[in-house]
Amino acid sequence: MLSSAATSITVVLIVFFLFIEGAGVFTKKPIEEGFLLAVHSTNPIQKLEPSQVKDIFDQKITNWKQLGGKNEPIVLFRTEDITEFYSEAELGENFEHFPAKIDEYVSKTPGVIAFFSDKYKAKNFHGKELEINKIKIFEFLSGEEWFPTAQPIAQMGVKALIYGTLWVSFGAILLALPIGLAAAIYLSEIARKRTRNILKPLIELLAGIPSVVYGFFGLVVIVPLIQSVFGLPVGETGLAGSIVLAIMALPTIITISEDAMRTTPRAMKEASLALGASHWQTIYKVTIPYSASGITAGAILGIGRAIGETMAVLMVTGNAAIIPHTLLAPLRTIPATIAAELGEAANGGLHYQSLFALGCILFLITFCINMLVELVTNRGSHKKH
Amino acid sequence: MTKEIRLAKQKRRNQKIAFGLFQFTSYAVVGLLFVILAFIVIKGIGVISWEFITEMPKEGMTQGGIFPAIVGTLCLVFGSMIFAFPVGVLAAIYMNEYVKDGWIKKIIKQMTNNLAGVPSIVFGLFGMALFVNKLEFGDSLLAGSLTLGLLVLPVVIRTTEESLKSVDDTFRQASLGLGASKWQTTSEVVFPIAFPNIITGLILSIGRVSGETAPILFTVAAYFLPKLPTSIFDQAMALPYHLYVISTSGTNIEASRAMAYGTALILIIIVLISNLLANALRKYFGKKVKMN
Repeated sequence: MLSSAATSITVVLIVFFLFIEGAGVFTKKPIEEGFLLAVHSTNPIQKLEPSQVKDIFDQKITNWKQLGGKNEPIVLFRTEDITEFYSEAELGENFEHFPAKIDEYVSKTPGVIAFFSDKYKAKNFHGKELEINKIKIFEFLSGEEWFPTAQPIAQMGVKALIYGTLWVSFGAILLALPIGLAAAIYLSEIARKRTRNILKPLIELLAGIPSVVYGFFGLVVIVPLIQSVFGLPVGETGLAGSIVLAIMALPTIITISEDAMRTTPRAMKEASLALGASHWQTIYKVTIPYSASGITAGAILGIGRAIGETMAVLMVTGNAAIIPHTLLAPLRTIPATIAAELGEAANGGLHYQSLFALGCILFLITFCINMLVELVTNRGSHKKH
Repeated sequence: MTKEIRLAKQKRRNQKIAFGLFQFTSYAVVGLLFVILAFIVIKGIGVISWEFITEMPKEGMTQGGIFPAIVGTLCLVFGSMIFAFPVGVLAAIYMNEYVKDGWIKKIIKQMTNNLAGVPSIVFGLFGMALFVNKLEFGDSLLAGSLTLGLLVLPVVIRTTEESLKSVDDTFRQASLGLGASKWQTTSEVVFPIAFPNIITGLILSIGRVSGETAPILFTVAAYFLPKLPTSIFDQAMALPYHLYVISTSGTNIEASRAMAYGTALILIIIVLISNLLANALRKYFGKKVKMN
């Protein structure tokens, strides 16, 4: 009895761990642990948004007035800048005077914003430590830049990744759906039984090939092909991902649509034929409308597979975290990001947690897709009774 | 009259074009399978030798063999199956033979479907959070096997359920009618009849597990480890991960291309054999049951 609950328990555990780790992104400050941002003690600014900090260090905001402070130009300061103001002798052989010198520099520069490590904070530090607001869920979803290890402030906008995932997946479905439907119609309605018995297992074999092999095939065949056909500087593009994913989604679409078409009652088809419709007319006026819910389920399931697919996409899309405007440019999907970055993210750190938050998004998307499939199939079966 | 003939002709022509197109597409899809297979076989066959499958990788994985990766994958397959097979089969037996139709069954079914739909990279994240970090198994065969085991659990459950469902109810009724208990009926009558099909499911799961990469990225896989694992707490190399690293991030991608083709071929051979074996078994036992 316990074992039959195993899958339910696993789903619950997955949700639990994913969301516990992922929630860390929104409860932690988006600044690297052990570092702080400080300003001059007379600076009226107390608190900054993560995006404001980024704009300051990108020099898009250059005056405190823009943030509601005094009219004072902003002076950027990072730990390594200290050597511009003090000689090595002054800083000490083992940097033992670092804290004192940083304190001195911050105190005498009214417009300063300093980013340095906790261990260089003097005991009687005269500057004022800035508070950084936490990342809000809205910012996480709508942010366009993904630089989770950026200094001084991590940029965690997943919009580019979500767009990348959707572009590649819908590209794949656009390619796979017509081909898959045509093959399903042939197998279920036209082909002789013997032909079907040979072709169907072969098509199902396509589903058995590991995704990493598809990725490898894409890398050595499709990527160079795209590069030369379109004359691109690199062949690792969204299109390469879409093509590979389309091949991978084909067996799912074909099998499910074919099963759906075969449930069309013989009497309905015969009635249509008896009224003088041709075989082809019967297929597209009777069989396809009748099995529409099954075909839709197959297409949605195919999209679900494509969205969650990791290795093949990782190997052929070029992994550029920018919002795509064409399928002919490199892009990056959510699963590929997790696979590529988790290895180098410190356990329990902000980067690690942000990847779990990505996992949550992915889980929710695929969960909704599963529910949708369930809904579509159920509606279809109700109609039939 | 002539108009009707013209219409009929047009109808026939449309049908011919449509059917021709569909036939062509179907063969093209199958052709695609052969193109992929042929490509990897032709490029990889020259690489495969006795040394390739029995030696350690050498010279930054551009020479030598892939022995540790093969052993690692075998360990992972064995480890995940030892976990997933009993749990999955028991779950399916309980679900199919004991639970009555109702909302509990519906929920469990739905959860199993949901688990089957979870992307493999999410399993990787989960395995890392639970097995590697929380339970402190570290990157190990144990963590990887458990993660892969959870991944194939829905596959095992589904195939077992299908096999149990295909056992005719008259067998159950006859056994119960002879005075056997519910458990005796299940274990002595239903299970033996369904067993061949259950094994088919097991073989399919083996094919699935041996090709999965994303779940083992962060739970077990080692980039380069020229020794065999000695305990379940060791890291290990694995075929799919090996193919991934030598084709994308090796020290010398061009020089290790040949090794990559060889690895891809070995991987495909494992997967194809398990698929074909499962198909053959299904056909063989399918015939046998019908003859009875």
